[in-house]
Amino acid sequence: MTNFFEKLDLTRRQAEKIIDDTLFNKDDGELYLEDSINENVILDDGKIKNTNFSKKYGMGLRGVCEDVTAYSHTNSIDKSSLINASKNINSTLNSFKNYKHNNSVKKTNENLYSNHNPIEEKSLKEKINLLNEVDKYVRSKSNLIKQVTASISCEKKNIEIIKTGGLSLTDERPLVSFKISLMMKKGFKNTQGSYASGGRMTFDNYINEINWKKVCDEAFRQAEMNQEARKAPAGEMDVVLNNGWSGVLLHEALGHTLEGDFLYKKTSVFHDQIGNQIGNDNITVVDEGNIAGRRGSLNMDDEGEKTQRNVLIENGKLVKFMHDRLSAKLTNSEVTGNGRRENYMFAPMPRMTNTFMMNGSNSREEMIKSVSNGIYVDALGGGSVDIVSGQFNFAVNNAWLIKNGKLIMPIEGATLIGSGPEVIKKIKMIGNDLKLDNGFGTCGKSGQMVPVGLGIPSCKVSMTVGGSKI
Amino acid sequence: MIKEKKDLENLADYCIKNAISCGSTGCAVSVVSSVSETVNFRNKKIENSDRSDILIININIYIGNKKSSSSFTYIDKNNTDIMIKKCFDITKLLPEDKYNVLPDKNLLAKGNHDLLQFDDIEVNNQKKIEYLKRTEDSALSNKFIIKTNGSSFTQSKNNFILANSLGFCSGFKKSKFSSYTDLVAKKNESGMERDYYYDSKAYYKDLISPEDLGERAAKLTARKLNPKKIKTQSIPIIFEKRISKNILNILSSSLSGSSFARGTSFLKDKMNKEIFPKNINIIDDPLIEKSLYSSSFDNEGVKSDKIKLVKNGILNNIILNTYYSKMLNINSNGRSGGLTNTYFEPGKISYNDLFKDYKKLILITDIMGSFGNPITGDFSCGATGIYFEKDESYPINNFTLGGKVNDIFKNIVLANDLEFKYSKNCPTALVQEGLVVGGV
Repeated sequence: MTNFFEKLDLTRRQAEKIIDDTLFNKDDGELYLEDSINENVILDDGKIKNTNFSKKYGMGLRGVCEDVTAYSHTNSIDKSSLINASKNINSTLNSFKNYKHNNSVKKTNENLYSNHNPIEEKSLKEKINLLNEVDKYVRSKSNLIKQVTASISCEKKNIEIIKTGGLSLTDERPLVSFKISLMMKKGFKNTQGSYASGGRMTFDNYINEINWKKVCDEAFRQAEMNQEARKAPAGEMDVVLNNGWSGVLLHEALGHTLEGDFLYKKTSVFHDQIGNQIGNDNITVVDEGNIAGRRGSLNMDDEGEKTQRNVLIENGKLVKFMHDRLSAKLTNSEVTGNGRRENYMFAPMPRMTNTFMMNGSNSREEMIKSVSNGIYVDALGGGSVDIVSGQFNFAVNNAWLIKNGKLIMPIEGATLIGSGPEVIKKIKMIGNDLKLDNGFGTCGKSGQMVPVGLGIPSCKVSMTVGGSKI
Repeated sequence: MIKEKKDLENLADYCIKNAISCGSTGCAVSVVSSVSETVNFRNKKIENSDRSDILIININIYIGNKKSSSSFTYIDKNNTDIMIKKCFDITKLLPEDKYNVLPDKNLLAKGNHDLLQFDDIEVNNQKKIEYLKRTEDSALSNKFIIKTNGSSFTQSKNNFILANSLGFCSGFKKSKFSSYTDLVAKKNESGMERDYYYDSKAYYKDLISPEDLGERAAKLTARKLNPKKIKTQSIPIIFEKRISKNILNILSSSLSGSSFARGTSFLKDKMNKEIFPKNINIIDDPLIEKSLYSSSFDNEGVKSDKIKLVKNGILNNIILNTYYSKMLNINSNGRSGGLTNTYFEPGKISYNDLFKDYKKLILITDIMGSFGNPITGDFSCGATGIYFEKDESYPINNFTLGGKVNDIFKNIVLANDLEFKYSKNCPTALVQEGLVVGGV
């Protein structure tokens, strides 16, 4: 673990004193310290490009009074910077006199990721050789492949949170990611495929030969299938989503609208629906931050709170929102371990960790058979949502046209749209094949990107498909 | 306070000397100091304040034709030495790539053009609060606006030095004042709708007035209320300016040197061919004064001049840095950091005249998802808009637009209402045919 106070003019004791002096007359707050290193090796166009080794180092001091937050951050961890940060906090919050200081945290001893530095697990030479091997393997699959980009990214993020009274909480988070994208060209037709694998376990868990070949095979399958694809249909129809990454549907359509800041701001379409039946009784949705090794998992969140399993929707009934300390306080709820931030440059906010839907009872074959006119999606792309209106969208990478219960032909160029409150009522069948994604999700909110996990069983739902064929 | 030029130069110089003394044959470094302060408001009271003070170093090290890069927040000299050594050690292990070179010396910018991008006024938090109060008062005076989803004022200032081992060393101060308000509207028993307006300027006095900001955002939000759904159909589409600028975004990602050299752009075979109607000209001008996006050199130090990307409908230029210009065997046009101020030359007809030849059409006011795929050339996104038929018009939402990016390019008609507000600027644009609307 990084010692943030080895430098010259700021000892740990002095830092604790400044933190105490600043925060004891606030409701909440902490000093967040970060030392993260990241190594990114990219192969593109048949050669190694853009090898980057970076370091993020800095601190952010936060004070909270009632519903007002003051945050001040800098890359220099020294006495004058911390005193300046303290002044900034006080200048925003000096009008609040009736504080109820709370520095208690649900601590954890959990270790969800083996304690290692993924950057040092393999030498740079081994990573370069591996990427060259990947390139060779992919290109040997077809001479229509015109471009391959593959990357290995390893990160080690050390964080320390210091609260009043010298309470210190630390976490050392490894993150590994292997990605591939490729392009095929036949005549004038360009198609692409991409896939990835990663999480918070050791390098060999994701980037062993069996696994990286699977990742390459999936990217190739997507690009090859789209070579035969025709125009997607347009309009509302039945959509069968495959299991795993299709959980992005949950993430966008429901997940974001169940984040606690949108509850106390009353801007979520579901803000007044707690306890109400919002979907069919076969729908149960969970956010779980303490699954070992997953990309969205954390021992503690970025406020030092223990992560946990949170059932958000139980048998169709809305039971819980996801909270950070602020939204929990303002809504009289329990903290749920969902206070996250991208890095020391940001204050935390309620965010998802690993979000998924529990199994239903149908098989995917049954679902496809039951559709007379619709599509089957076997690779979704990314999406987004407007939490106020509930409208969401996501891109489709690969899909099939379904006619009379049969997969007819691949289709391309589609977007799926809908609104959260409507779509949860339009989930007609849920599969018995829950799968979590392969570990490549990154979620953006208010300019902050954090790694997340997703999952869903196959399901059948009615949505609007944005193709170009009427 | 942001660091002064001399301090940044000293640091840049230290990095280059250090890299060369390790054994590097070339080095480029940027040192960026930035300070920004934001106040966020919600429902007429302060929600949070945020202050950022950061010093970042980005370094590229060359050993012959081997190259790698590193970026790090500045801690001290000792850590800088460690990071440079690490970057050097990595570079040594990499394979050679003959296109990994510093820019040609004769292409580097000389002298320093002052493009008037720094306003030294300090808008303190009290003034920011005053601005936001007036913004929200103005917004909430619209009877359909029930609350604000957040309003924000940011002042950011930065100073940077870009230097390389060929002797290039230049940089300048920039300031940016930006404000936005994001509103929620509701009417009777309808659902909630949200929309926003924002502005961003190099000079504080050029920033939109708070009253105007609130009023515009309120109008945009209220006009979305009580949306209807529409049927799947093929129909003429008009993109409002804040959406039509995306046409330049998809064009720019399809015209990158990398996508041409690597063969991944759907426009790869279109150089010197017609991709737009004959009356269309698209320009990128890095030298516009007081713009947030201007710079007389790119982030490799190469001089940037005004270029025509599309001339009389014909694809004329792509976006180049040193690496890809070497690969394509042409000179870099100083666009290593991408395009600067890009715009369509305005069309001849008025905004109102765009509407008049059609019995029915849709005005697109918002989109969700990406505006086209630069590899496949497919176009599909979610959209919100206003439906016009005869003398009637009403808001619509929850529909999709699908087609090909090429069809948008080929069938575009521009109004004469160009204004410079973003880095990409397009007049209101009509696409007469080629797009399919997916609805119920």
